[in-house]
Amino acid sequence: MFTEAIEAILVDQCTPAAIRAIENGGSATALWSALAESGFLELMASEDAGGAGLDLEAIFPIFVAFGRHALPVPAAQSIAARALLGEVAAPQGMVTLAGHARRADDGSVSAGNVAFGAIADHVLANIDGQLVLLDCARAQRTATGIRGSLAASLRWTSDAVGAPVGGNGEQVAVFSAALHAAAIAGAMERMFSMTLGYCNDRVQFGKAIGKFQAIQHQLSVMAEHVACAGVAAELAFQAGEKIPPLLAAATAKARTSASVPLVASTAHALHGAIGVTEEFDLQLYSRRLHEWRMADGSEAYWNRIVGETMLAHTAPSVLQFVMEEIL
Amino acid sequence: MSQLLEAFRLARLPEEAEAFRQEVREFLATNLAPAAPAVRARTWMGFDAAFSRRLAERGWVGITLPAQYGGAGLDAFRRFVLVEEMLAAGAPVAAHWIADRQSGPLINKFGSEAQKDFYLPRICRGEAFFCIGMSEPNSGSDLASVRTRATRVEGGWRLTGRKIWTTNAQRSHYMIALVRTSGTPGDRQGGLSQLVVDLSLPGINIRPIVDLTGDAHFSEVTFDDVFLKEDALIGDEGSGWMQVNAELAFERSGPERLYSSVVLLDTWMQCLRQTGFSPADATLIGGFTTQLATLRSLSVAVTTKLARGESPVVEAALVKDIGTEFEQAIPAAIEAAVAADPTRAVDADLHRTIAYLSQISPTFSLRGGTREILRGMIARGLGLR
Repeated sequence: MFTEAIEAILVDQCTPAAIRAIENGGSATALWSALAESGFLELMASEDAGGAGLDLEAIFPIFVAFGRHALPVPAAQSIAARALLGEVAAPQGMVTLAGHARRADDGSVSAGNVAFGAIADHVLANIDGQLVLLDCARAQRTATGIRGSLAASLRWTSDAVGAPVGGNGEQVAVFSAALHAAAIAGAMERMFSMTLGYCNDRVQFGKAIGKFQAIQHQLSVMAEHVACAGVAAELAFQAGEKIPPLLAAATAKARTSASVPLVASTAHALHGAIGVTEEFDLQLYSRRLHEWRMADGSEAYWNRIVGETMLAHTAPSVLQFVMEEIL
Repeated sequence: MSQLLEAFRLARLPEEAEAFRQEVREFLATNLAPAAPAVRARTWMGFDAAFSRRLAERGWVGITLPAQYGGAGLDAFRRFVLVEEMLAAGAPVAAHWIADRQSGPLINKFGSEAQKDFYLPRICRGEAFFCIGMSEPNSGSDLASVRTRATRVEGGWRLTGRKIWTTNAQRSHYMIALVRTSGTPGDRQGGLSQLVVDLSLPGINIRPIVDLTGDAHFSEVTFDDVFLKEDALIGDEGSGWMQVNAELAFERSGPERLYSSVVLLDTWMQCLRQTGFSPADATLIGGFTTQLATLRSLSVAVTTKLARGESPVVEAALVKDIGTEFEQAIPAAIEAAVAADPTRAVDADLHRTIAYLSQISPTFSLRGGTREILRGMIARGLGLR
């Protein structure tokens, strides 16, 4: 029921025009308020704390929907932040996540390429395993210089860095990776339906291009990868859990990221030149797919974690490792 | 999103099926003789009639067939577990495989009571091994163009023609052949029927064909005016095309389309644990691990549909196409990884396993339907054809 309600808000408020406006520096307040004032940021907060107490399985379709709509505000991160903070109250405003913040010798903290770093009010960061809440009003923000990207690098001087609010800092990168996996799955769904629709409509040589076998086979392979990404993302969001387990999230992020090049390039190839224009909506998703593949580490990072864990494990077979530690 | 993709939601095997896994592991621990990885890598190409009979004694041949015929009557989930465990262990399952997976279910679905009474108990006892006569010298992916012909005669049929690439015909007792019983090849799907052929009959010549690994798992079968009794016909005359497609759905929907190279993956993992590994090795094997976790989840999703009594033909084609890509990628990537440093010795067992799979892996995307056939099926499922 939450999914339907959020879907309705997204259809109404998160339009391609609204996305473009926010990407171009416009205010995100209207869209953010529509989500925040309906209480959706508290979906994972406990029922005692006035939340809906959803587990990961229940929240998963909502995170996918955010990706499917290319939501240009950190709603997923803000929902996850409440799960990571536990009993600690979340601050007002947009909270985003930084899984790999670093403290320098002078006590300053920097976090590179923070998702929504350009517009967020607060960052929930992992600093050496500690969970730290940082106020973006006190940060030096450096834009990525990538057109349309809402990511930014942030730096806080030592006096702007407060005391840790928890010891579960390691979970930030894991949860953030899982969120990006779900977002990738959602954006891929949208790109697939756009591409399938385009191939049914676009006529060349007297027939819809989807009638050509060469096109059909590309769409079939794209469908295989979209199916893989959807199921892989879901692995990180299991019933009864509040925080994604490391290896399930690693699998989700690695496998979704690995399909980004094929899915994005096939969608663009089949759309032809219109697909790379600013005014056509395909780019809203393909730009994000590439950004999200790199966010929190690509498949090169997460596959290595899985591989090293397995090689240090005693499971006699890869399948047994998968069944015991990932599924 | 297309309806096809909506089928792929994360699903779990029920607890009973996981409990059953323990029984399978115990059976394999006592009944599966140790073998070199290059031998185990043959799994469902590995023929061992004695192993198949032991499995039959345990009640696990004819796993989906009704108990009244001696079948195990297992649901789709337990079948998944049994097949998964046997393939992961590299058990030589070829002898009973076709009968268990395809021919038995086909006879059970389309056969007469007399045919069921005759064939099914023999299959379940591990006494009747089957092969499938589909391809012909001039009929491969274009299966509807078969020319082998059965002509009605007094008391039965006369069969003339040729089948090729028939897996284990030389070691099977029966073949279920797709043949033309009326019309001409130009009539395509019309006029095709399925006949069960006793391979000991006069007029049948079976010539094994040696493959590039030195194995002879498939063969060419010639029928020279072979007399078959009336009851050789399975199902209805002229329904062969429909029946063969139902049969291919059995063939494509199991977990066997993911695990053809996992013996190699496990062997390499053990070698890396012993000899140490580079970051690139860890990333590569980690990538196969995350891919295996994903593909197995897709396969469980298909199994869930089977267990609900649906016929997920297109979903199965999708999993098979990307599953065989995974199976083929494993030897290709490990071959490069172990030879990344030519001054380091390669473990001999590992080397032989890599070589076997590199050589045979092109067949993974041929058997049970080529990539092009499967992608055409997916496209149809997407509404493009």
